[in-house]
Amino acid sequence: LSRIGDELYLEPTERGLSLRAVNSSRSAFASFLFAPLFFQLYEPGSAGPDTEVFRCKVHMKSFLGIFRSLPSLEKSVGKCLILLKPRASRLVLQLHCKYGVTKTHNLAFQECEQLQAVFDTQRCASRLCAPARVLAEAVVHFPPTLAEVTLGTGPGGKISLRNYVEDEAEPSKTMVTELWLAEDEFQSVAVAPGSNITFCLKEFRGLLSFAEASNLPLTIHFDEPGRPVIFTLDDTVLEVHLVLATLSDLESTSQSPSTNGVSHLPAQSDDFADDLESYMVAMETSEVGSEGPPSPTFPLRTPRSAESKLEEEEEEEEEGAVPGTPPHKKFRSLFFGSVMTPGRPGQATTQEVLAEDSDGE
Amino acid sequence: MPFSAQPPASGERYALSASLDNARHLSSLLRAVHFQDHATCLATASGLRVTVEDAKCIQANAFIQAEIFQEFSVQEESVMFRISLSVLLDCLTIFGTSSLPGTSTALRMCYRGYGYPLMLFLEEGGVVTVCKINTQEPDELLDFDFCSTKVVNKIILQSEGLREAFAELDMTSEVLQITMSPDKPYFRLSTFGNAGSAHLDYPRDSDLMEAFHCNQTQTNRYKISLLKPSTKALALSCKVSIRTDAQGFLSLQYMIRNEDGQICFVEYYCCPDENISEAEL
Repeated sequence: LSRIGDELYLEPTERGLSLRAVNSSRSAFASFLFAPLFFQLYEPGSAGPDTEVFRCKVHMKSFLGIFRSLPSLEKSVGKCLILLKPRASRLVLQLHCKYGVTKTHNLAFQECEQLQAVFDTQRCASRLCAPARVLAEAVVHFPPTLAEVTLGTGPGGKISLRNYVEDEAEPSKTMVTELWLAEDEFQSVAVAPGSNITFCLKEFRGLLSFAEASNLPLTIHFDEPGRPVIFTLDDTVLEVHLVLATLSDLESTSQSPSTNGVSHLPAQSDDFADDLESYMVAMETSEVGSEGPPSPTFPLRTPRSAESKLEEEEEEEEEGAVPGTPPHKKFRSLFFGSVMTPGRPGQATTQEVLAEDSDGE
Repeated sequence: MPFSAQPPASGERYALSASLDNARHLSSLLRAVHFQDHATCLATASGLRVTVEDAKCIQANAFIQAEIFQEFSVQEESVMFRISLSVLLDCLTIFGTSSLPGTSTALRMCYRGYGYPLMLFLEEGGVVTVCKINTQEPDELLDFDFCSTKVVNKIILQSEGLREAFAELDMTSEVLQITMSPDKPYFRLSTFGNAGSAHLDYPRDSDLMEAFHCNQTQTNRYKISLLKPSTKALALSCKVSIRTDAQGFLSLQYMIRNEDGQICFVEYYCCPDENISEAEL
């Protein structure tokens, strides 16, 4: 999580403790959900119909500082107690160590709104599942400084990985590395042929090392360029999601209403970043919560979606990703569910602003 | 004046002359108190004491008893001089700091007296190096007046339990707060840094606790930057005694066993930081 963001979001729920992070350009989001069974004792505290779930965020560095040295932790720490004390404004982490020694850390936290990227693995046209090791061995061929990588599906069910080279780069000065993985290296392959997506390698590498260490297979859900790629790890007591924005293919002709709902908005262009206001206006005035073809651009919390949230087993809630204000690399920022109104479920207002910063600016 | 590569013949009157087969026995101890450039050396018949001070609040002493040396003689009652500890350490480790088994640097140290430089003759593998280090007028040293009768609280811990704690102290905290009490939390080290506060508790019945004599609950704060250098002494030691007196002065005594199994001591004395309130988090 520290490879993604500087702040660690903590949300204790009935389903477990959720730890999340988002990067500054909001093009990467990760969440780790530790089920109650993961812990020796798990008491999320009473969150009745009137009380909100308590959420907070702490500085990643402060939190990591407590778990500084893994080898020594393994040797000397017996158990760790985590207490969230809202009234004292402290997150207490207590390590019970060898020789009866107790280390208590009282971290200051900030209350925050929910951090939740909007994505739906069901809506992804392609899915791959492989042992983490296979992907780690593939990724090792790319230089550590490489920013983006393109994953593609080729003929014969082969999967390719190649480094992404910007158009402006001089062909004679750039090195392209491409490798192909056969279908049988994967545990399952269900992909749309000829698709390819480009995403940030740095954040993916972080998840990959975790997956390797925990020996879990990694599932990659992806769709068209521009739509987020979702990496998942599943275990009996742990659910991990990493959602990365992908480079949108601006020249692609596949921007039809049925596939990516962008049609409701003014023409996609690089001026987007400059024209946030008109973009927002366009969002507000367009059809909201329509039941028509998938409108991923307006994943407002309508009553319908609120119900489906409770039904779904997985963490994902609404659909799709909204093309947000892209950073200079033309990555779209992921949509983060509107978190303005506390009485969220059931409120579908046209005034809801999308892609709101979770701590409000 | 010319000096030969030969050590002086015995019989010459040197205020201080000493021989040590393994210079590491001296250099490792001196490193444990090396937080300032200069040190004051005091040589008496019982041995050598090297003192380093800072900010008029902290004093560290390294004791190397006469028995550690192969030869140790002090002509007058005591000999005292100020010297650059950095230079002294550089000279003692002139053949390198890595310790290959079987090799060691032999040392002969001579001091003619007031105004004369300290002469070091170092030999390893047949190669001899001669060093001449200027000495200065010794400074007046702090007297913490810390004697066993004035001790209020005392504990002796195995260093193993404290090493990691000291190495990982939150340096964004200005102070290190030490609580010693006959009741819970018994012995607690606390820091108050940017991320929040951290407390390290050692129960009185811990296996690490060799002795626990706390009569009164005391909480004192010390400037963490002054105490941090003691981590080096802690790293070398096998046991540490922590004592406080009625005014909150802190005495840390480290028992260090060298490669040959001989025991030496390093101690740190520190004044409490008076600028803060006693409120304990």
